[in-house]
Amino acid sequence: MSPQELVNNLRSFLPPEAVLHETEDLRPFECDGLSAYRQLPMVVVLPQTEEQIIKILKLCYATRTPVVARGAGTGLSGGALPHNQGVLLSLAKLNQIISVDPLARMVRVQPGVRNLAISEAAAPYGLYYAPDPSSQIACSIGGNVAENSGGVHCLKYGLTVHNILKLRVLTVAGECLEIGGESLDSAGYDLLALMTGSEGMLGIVTEVTVKLIPVPEKAQLVMAAFDDVHKAGNAVANVIGAGIIPAGMEMMDKITVHAVEEFLHAGYDLDAAAILLCESDGSAEEVADEIERIYAIMQQSGATKISTSQNEAERLRFWAGRKAAFPAAGRVSPDYYCMDGTIPRKHLADVLDGIEKLSQEYGLRCMNVFHAGDGNLHPLILYDANQPGELERTEEFGGKILEMCIHAGGTITGEHGVGMEKINQMCTQFKTGELEMFHAVKAVFDPEGLLNPGKAVPTLHRCAELGAMHVHRGEEKFVELPRF
Amino acid sequence: MQAIIEQYKTAICTAAEHKTPLQICGGGTKHFYGNPVTVQSDTLLDATMYNGIIDYEPTELVITARAGTRLVDLEAVLDQKGQMLAFEPPCFGVAATLGGCIAAGLSGPRRAAAGAVRDFVLGVRLLDGKGGDLRFGGQVMKNVAGYDVSRLMAGSMGTLGVLLEVSLKVLPKPSTEITLLMQMDEAAAIEKMNQWAGKPLPISATCYRNGELFLRLSGAASAVRAAQLKLGGEELSEDKIFWKSVREQTHGFFQSAGFLWRLLMKPTTPPLPLLGEQLMEWNGGLRWLLGNENSDVAIIRKIAKDAGGHATLFRSNEPGISVFHPLDPGMMKIHCALKEKFDPSGILNPGRLYPEI
Repeated sequence: MSPQELVNNLRSFLPPEAVLHETEDLRPFECDGLSAYRQLPMVVVLPQTEEQIIKILKLCYATRTPVVARGAGTGLSGGALPHNQGVLLSLAKLNQIISVDPLARMVRVQPGVRNLAISEAAAPYGLYYAPDPSSQIACSIGGNVAENSGGVHCLKYGLTVHNILKLRVLTVAGECLEIGGESLDSAGYDLLALMTGSEGMLGIVTEVTVKLIPVPEKAQLVMAAFDDVHKAGNAVANVIGAGIIPAGMEMMDKITVHAVEEFLHAGYDLDAAAILLCESDGSAEEVADEIERIYAIMQQSGATKISTSQNEAERLRFWAGRKAAFPAAGRVSPDYYCMDGTIPRKHLADVLDGIEKLSQEYGLRCMNVFHAGDGNLHPLILYDANQPGELERTEEFGGKILEMCIHAGGTITGEHGVGMEKINQMCTQFKTGELEMFHAVKAVFDPEGLLNPGKAVPTLHRCAELGAMHVHRGEEKFVELPRF
Repeated sequence: MQAIIEQYKTAICTAAEHKTPLQICGGGTKHFYGNPVTVQSDTLLDATMYNGIIDYEPTELVITARAGTRLVDLEAVLDQKGQMLAFEPPCFGVAATLGGCIAAGLSGPRRAAAGAVRDFVLGVRLLDGKGGDLRFGGQVMKNVAGYDVSRLMAGSMGTLGVLLEVSLKVLPKPSTEITLLMQMDEAAAIEKMNQWAGKPLPISATCYRNGELFLRLSGAASAVRAAQLKLGGEELSEDKIFWKSVREQTHGFFQSAGFLWRLLMKPTTPPLPLLGEQLMEWNGGLRWLLGNENSDVAIIRKIAKDAGGHATLFRSNEPGISVFHPLDPGMMKIHCALKEKFDPSGILNPGRLYPEI
């Protein structure tokens, strides 16, 4: 079907403003948060109802037209990168909170509802939706489901997969599936888990029922400075080993601390080799108890300076620096490239040493921010795209970091997803058998491969062609959003 | 240990070649659960052989063990380091294995507060129905590379693969645990449990039976005592024995069961218009019902479904009733297609979950 025929067909059941095909109208949809990858779709559709989506899918299925779903477009791995022969299906207009049930602690929402809007709707009841990806003011719940988004608090409160109950999903053929339920477990295979984090490859989510949890009575933060990264790593292990699950536990290395301190004056110790932020939340009694123990553990672990937030303003100030790490990187360097590996925490010091060596080898600075509680590392490689060869060196450096994460027993992506960006590294992390099974699972839901083609799982052919690990450049859009 | 894997592979490949189904058997403690496997007597795959803990780092909060490891052994190792399986799986006997626990997907009293089996699965190694040795997920908390096949194994009743190894997230045991007992009627208990679940209180388990509500509080001593003051009630002695009896179904309620129904539903669902004794857990989200041969299966299933959930015939002394809640045709189609991909010859526990798979 020609683009014009497709547009005409779509306009037969969609209002004219919901079907975009002029180049200038398509432009805003050419990339997601990873703007290094850009591609104009053939058509953008902006449906407002599930019924319209069904019609769109049926039309695309009948004409074998690729469909790429898009939420708020804040993803960092190019998962919503359009297909040049396909329809970009924006779910942004399905933005209604359908119902809030405070007693049963659940909310039914459409996929375009923003993550933070759910917590805002739940706030009058003393409840909130726990997963808090850094883009939560803008990112949509549908996108969160597609990426299995995490956040700073996921060691204690879990990822998206742990906090949703039910999905309405449309198959590529436009059939509706109800997956999960309002009960805690459901009958049959756990398709809710399979669907979560499937990056728009298996179906289109049209409704999500999420769990709410009570807002903690109190939160307090301990900030500890260390003169040695190993000591900071050990302190993290000592906290966990003492039976404490902190609400958040974040680490920054020296170069990060300097970058953010110059920018924000959060009160960080500039002599520190690493700074740990460790948050406790819960009832007032619990927090008082836990903070006292965390303080003692930091002392025993050799912290050179320890501060405890004395009030909410101070707690937020301590956090502000950490949350400003990405913008700070943007201030100290013309360009930066954010990685997203997870490692078993015990290898942290070794991996950081390895990154430091690579940094010298490649002549590129690297800031390290780390969700220390759950082992999710975000190295930010600083480079200047205008210097010949720097981008290529950055790509190679990044690839070696991901390789180190795999060798340390970790993964190439903790929370940003594979998308387009890490498709090649999938060949390193998985063997042929596993990749074949991923393709088989995809074929169960989408035998023709029309949903988000070319993303998340590489073809075996592609892996065979790849010799060495190769990482593409990443650039961020949405610089106004905090990234942590 | 590799020799055992080779043995399993041979068994699978032979079965696939002859299309003779295999019954995957762990400790056999949950043999009563699920539909019978359509299988000849000599085609058991003894999944207990591949056992032992591979890696346990308490400060990583991760344990990796072979699927034949006995749950009691696994929990004893965790206990030594002050940690636990937070989903409190029922064992139903010392022989219960880790693999059986994952395959059955059953969680215990802490489920509503801490999460289910699947929530703690980080990675698996399995043999599929072609003997393929595959690894999914990993040993880290955050991992979004590839589809989440490891969690798909939880509750799949061995129909998708023979589990070899499982990595689980573990949690510290709470330093203090007490149980409060209150008298109230069922409707009030449902209301109260749900109200409290929406408050920042350290409630880790609930159980309601015959006018008595049991609330377990877990956490730091100070937090538990403060919550006790807020909630009131009488402190139960012998509370560990009580919760074990609920978890392992040695409680008197479960002993009389001819037909034991397990109804999952929205926790705020009012008392059910069903005849038969009941016991409630998970803030009202789990209702155990003692039925009999005259119970109307269709009505039980409709009530559960209308309440946002489903009903499983957990134990029965009469074959012929489908154990698991029937799936809608669209969902069954997906189930059949997944089964076909993981087990194209249909040899892994066929029929145990649904006749079609």
